[in-house]
Amino acid sequence: MADVPAVVVPVPRRGNPMLRKLLRNKNVVAGSIIILLLLVVAAVGPWITPMDPYRQDIWERYAAPRGLIVEGQLNTQFVLGADELGRDLLSRLILGARVSLMVGFVATSISLLFGVVLGAVSGYVGGWVDNVIMRLMDVILALPGILLAIAIVAALGPNIVNAMVAIAVVRIPQIARVVRSDVLAIREEEFVEAVKALGQSHVVVLFKHILMNAWAPTLVIATLGMGTAIVAEAALSFLGLGAQPPQISWGRMLSVGREAIRSAPHVTLYPGLAITIVVLGFSLLGDGLRDVFDRRLQDH
Amino acid sequence: MLQYVLRRLVSLVFILLGVSVLVFLLVHLAPGDPVRIMLGEEATVEDVERLNRIYGFDQPLPTQYLRWIGNALRGDLGLSIRSQLPVSTLIFERMPATIELALWSLIIAIGVGVPLGVLSAVRRNTWIDFGSMFAALVGVAAPNFWVGLILLSQVALYVAWLPIGGRGPSFGEALVALFTRFDAVVLWDHLRYILLPALALGTSIMALITRLTRSSLLEVLGRDYVRTARAKGLRGLTVVYGHALKNALLPVVTVVGVQFGALLGGSIVIEVVYSWPGVGRLIVNAISQRDFPVVQGSVLMLAIVFAFVNLLVDLSYSLINPRIRYG
Repeated sequence: MADVPAVVVPVPRRGNPMLRKLLRNKNVVAGSIIILLLLVVAAVGPWITPMDPYRQDIWERYAAPRGLIVEGQLNTQFVLGADELGRDLLSRLILGARVSLMVGFVATSISLLFGVVLGAVSGYVGGWVDNVIMRLMDVILALPGILLAIAIVAALGPNIVNAMVAIAVVRIPQIARVVRSDVLAIREEEFVEAVKALGQSHVVVLFKHILMNAWAPTLVIATLGMGTAIVAEAALSFLGLGAQPPQISWGRMLSVGREAIRSAPHVTLYPGLAITIVVLGFSLLGDGLRDVFDRRLQDH
Repeated sequence: MLQYVLRRLVSLVFILLGVSVLVFLLVHLAPGDPVRIMLGEEATVEDVERLNRIYGFDQPLPTQYLRWIGNALRGDLGLSIRSQLPVSTLIFERMPATIELALWSLIIAIGVGVPLGVLSAVRRNTWIDFGSMFAALVGVAAPNFWVGLILLSQVALYVAWLPIGGRGPSFGEALVALFTRFDAVVLWDHLRYILLPALALGTSIMALITRLTRSSLLEVLGRDYVRTARAKGLRGLTVVYGHALKNALLPVVTVVGVQFGALLGGSIVIEVVYSWPGVGRLIVNAISQRDFPVVQGSVLMLAIVFAFVNLLVDLSYSLINPRIRYG
């Protein structure tokens, strides 16, 4: 009997192949876990604070950290110590996560909205429109980011909303440049010609067909930008230009802790550590997404 | 090349003009009448009007801008509302401190980052590699002003010879003392003051350089010419330092260039942490005092320095890597 050539029939694997790729990437998993934990803490913050984060206790000013276990018992009083007004640091850290995340999401969303539209229009329309938009972006990029953010907040007035606007403005040119270069490449592809030939309007061609194929690099830069936005908010609040009392922000906590750096270094230690962990989460996730999407783009 | 430089210079002029408009508008959008703030609540309307006339604040915005930029081109950035000193004097007194801080932080970042990256690559998948890569990961994520505060609280307060703030003699003064009077104490004094702020400012770049050196060197070590060098019987270290490192450092140089500009911006917060008398601290103080001429002059000068540093960095690439040609 003649040998029947073996035919290998690929067995389709269950689940979304993109999700599988993402879950195989260590950076994506580690970054996602950190960010998910932070989101949970921010969401349930007011219900899990061990003490009232606004309650002042003059006798506990700059109280040292007492830890979770005191004399064999679970401790909920000043686990990480107290600040200059005797307020519980751990409770304030938990509530501070909300401000950091809010600034990260809002500032990144604003910069995405303007960056994507400006970059897309610039790349698609070309000509003088491209020139005007890109020169405007060059002007914004000609100033160091934090300097421009400081100048904008100084002009608009120091508060958290203006800090978010300032951080967003600083990020717009980077996103616009990435989107523009993607649109420039995709607009030359055949499928775009085909869609145009079908009589679709420019708006539909650009925002439905071209941008749908340009989201991956934008997602990566937006994820990495979340970390940058959180650090920028902390820096602005540290300088007194971001969150204002009684609003709780990690940057403001650092600023207040600076005054007692000699006697109570823990007041500056924990908020900075929190910022570092969050930024680490976003940069791990961003790096991981870049690895996954780069490989995916190569596969195609 | 010359054509490229000229083209870049022309576009730089337009960009800086755009920056000057942006800075001017931002400063004049700011709430609060600077003259009223300066004179206090009890000032008469006549006094406010008189001072507004002196500073030109009563003129329409375009006129004010043209006057400001015209004077700025002649080197006159106006007078500080607070100290009455010329803004240009205030900036030029402080600019060397800011540039000195940025340069030292870059030197420290390269001095630590490159050897650590090489060590990581050579000792790949050992505890040295894991340890330095973890440190680099945290170093990139940690805000530099927090690193500054931690260094202050954990190092400066316990090491007697490290001051907790301020600036010692400048590097220039230290060199003059060293070479004319053979006095190394001034140099030591200079280093004592700048060590911690420069270290704090350079942390994230140091971490970035470490990661990049490692990955770049690992990539180069896998190339054919490195295998050839090994096949010739050269020692491991000679291959790494003599053959591979030179090529592996090219991407590092690119990052160093891009980051130097960022250091100028990053120095603003570090200057506040360490009471470092640079332009960044001048800007932050001027904002809190609503000293408009100082804010707009300093921001413009920092932008000019930033733009020229970026231009020099771009141009230096062709010197380092002859394969790069400018069209």
